[in-house]
Amino acid sequence: MKRWLIVVATFALVAAACTAGGEDEGPAETAPTGPQEPVTLEMWGAWTGRELRQFNQIFDGFTEEHPNITVNSTGGVGDRQIIQAINAGEPPDVVLSFSLDNIGQFCTSGAWQDLTPFIERDEFDLGQFPDAALSYTSFGGSQCAFPFLTDAYGLYYNVDMFDEAGIAEPPRTLSELADVARELTVFAPDGSIERAGIVMSIGYYETNVATVSTLFDAQWYSEDGTESAIDDDPAWVTMFEWQREFIADVYGEGDFETGAARLEEFVAGQGDEFSSANDFQTGRAAMNMDGEWRTAFIADEVPDLNYGTAPFPVPDDRADSYGMGQIGGTIIGIPRGSPNTEEAWLLLQYMATNTDTLVYMANNVRNVPTTVEALESPELDVTPQFETFLQIFQHPESHYKQHSPIGSADQTTLADFAARWQTGRTDDLEGGLAQVAQQIDDQLAQA
Amino acid sequence: MSPWIAGFLFLILYPMVSTLYFSFTKYTLLTSPEWIGTENYRLLFTRDPFFWQAIRNTLWIIAIGVPLRIIFGVFTAWLLTLPRRGSRVYRTIYFLPSIAPPAAAALAFVVVFNPRFGPVNQILRGIGIDDPPLWFHGPGTSKWGLIILGLWGIGDAMIIFLAGLLDVPSQLYEAADIEGASGWQKFRHVTLPMISPVIFFSLVIGVIYGFQLFTQAYVVALSVAGTSIAEGGQNLGAPEGSMLFFSIYLFQQGFQAFRMGYAAALAWVLFAITMICTLALIKTSRRWVHYQGALR
Repeated sequence: MKRWLIVVATFALVAAACTAGGEDEGPAETAPTGPQEPVTLEMWGAWTGRELRQFNQIFDGFTEEHPNITVNSTGGVGDRQIIQAINAGEPPDVVLSFSLDNIGQFCTSGAWQDLTPFIERDEFDLGQFPDAALSYTSFGGSQCAFPFLTDAYGLYYNVDMFDEAGIAEPPRTLSELADVARELTVFAPDGSIERAGIVMSIGYYETNVATVSTLFDAQWYSEDGTESAIDDDPAWVTMFEWQREFIADVYGEGDFETGAARLEEFVAGQGDEFSSANDFQTGRAAMNMDGEWRTAFIADEVPDLNYGTAPFPVPDDRADSYGMGQIGGTIIGIPRGSPNTEEAWLLLQYMATNTDTLVYMANNVRNVPTTVEALESPELDVTPQFETFLQIFQHPESHYKQHSPIGSADQTTLADFAARWQTGRTDDLEGGLAQVAQQIDDQLAQA
Repeated sequence: MSPWIAGFLFLILYPMVSTLYFSFTKYTLLTSPEWIGTENYRLLFTRDPFFWQAIRNTLWIIAIGVPLRIIFGVFTAWLLTLPRRGSRVYRTIYFLPSIAPPAAAALAFVVVFNPRFGPVNQILRGIGIDDPPLWFHGPGTSKWGLIILGLWGIGDAMIIFLAGLLDVPSQLYEAADIEGASGWQKFRHVTLPMISPVIFFSLVIGVIYGFQLFTQAYVVALSVAGTSIAEGGQNLGAPEGSMLFFSIYLFQQGFQAFRMGYAAALAWVLFAITMICTLALIKTSRRWVHYQGALR
């Protein structure tokens, strides 16, 4: 028995020694000056295909500014591979992630280096970023990332369908949304939904617990971030009760179960989100909640679609907040163990703040640029539909949900409950939310 | 040290002991492991409804899927013993689906079972069923879709049953004929006992694979949720957790939530359950598995 214990303990020690990599020493006291050695920076990011090719163009300008530095960009890399490389002690120099929810884990663990020492040493002006963009790139006092383009979420509506129904303006409140949705919904003779006014089911394209709860300003965590607020903040109950009323009103002629059954069948037949079969693009849905990138998909796949965009309607008692929405997008940072930290810091600044770069990417991949200067650039190609999202991004109440050290696990847990709630498979709202909160608290304790 | 010993120590024993250690730690992949005793096990057994949901789904798919695969496999193999001509062609045709990559097969079935424009529901509507199932999109029917996908790819099991059936000595059937046995009696008292070792093998392998079911359910759930694989899955197990199987939950915890300590505990629970089930099957096999030439 003792022998086995020794074997197990030995392996455990080896296992422990092989994890998590080391600590970083931080930047030099002063920024390097004078002639520099040639350096090739490894840049890992999540872009793929056409967007990766466009992304790779931005490094030419950087090399012009810093002739000794070239950038080798690798696309299609997710957070999992980045973390594995950090743990293996062989990370790239700069990383880019689409998974904004992981920032709590990146910052608290130091897997992405805190940029504050660099910012303070070089007196880097954080005022270049709108406040909202800064807020979602830091956590727990660590500014471990910079924003690099962002998404904003709003309402897409089919103008031809609005005209046919005699609707002049997009709805501004949720009760107006229900009225318009009812007008635009078309039922088949067998009672099934042929065309949906708008689908407000959690999990339908970009309609999820994060985007919807932003409208209600529902709080995910207590102020100190140590426990879930899902069972405390009444906004959650309001949101879920509104959802059932909406389903009953628009799709069930007042009866929730009828509406839920019809909607479940409709959602089961949805077209793929990122293809020309998208329900809004095919006219299967008259309105939809979506991000600004949809304007590029529509221009590419259904250029004749006559559509408009607007901020998403807000709850009636929050009508003053109209214009806000969820924002949040791509983040860039320097991983722990980056071999060329000083050069990586230069690249990070360039990517995050170079106006030409941001405008080029915004015009091509159709994301919202993330500096004040780029937002005001005359070179920014702004269509009326895209302009809406620039406005949403700059609205003072637009925000991303609170980060936490458990990544997207909070959304996963709540989405599981929401799926059962919206189909009528559970009726215990308060009990369900309490259980979700308890699960999130358990995970927080382990983070 | 022989190569086998080296391979065993570093590729099997070391990872196993490491995960055993990690299962008693708080380990997020991003920080060093921190010893927390049995907390992970306490949490998953007492406070994690997703764990129990994953157990229920996994046991369901094993309890329904494995017997159906054996029955369907034996039946298909028996059918393939009948043709006098072209038997090789038929065997090839029935075997072909099993060599399709699991992810590709799962995606094909997502299309086939699409509630709106999939051919299955088109046919069902054509024959007068106005309200056909939602298949992968309905929590009550999603697992049945996976079962049918499994039966479609029955070729691997079928080929083993076929070998077993062809191996039954013909004199046993002749003797049964002389005794006036009916077709069912011959199947029940000659064929089944003679192929029972093959059935036992399929049962054990089916149960082990059932606990490890991942690829098909992962691909289907992401397709149903409309989420790309690159985005990862907030919706793994969609619809409504009906396809949250044990291996999927383990993957989600370890590589998406980065709770590697918790995932290690899940892995050891999975290992223990699989071992218990396998040992139980081996124990019961003494009563119903017959080996030719065995003394018992």
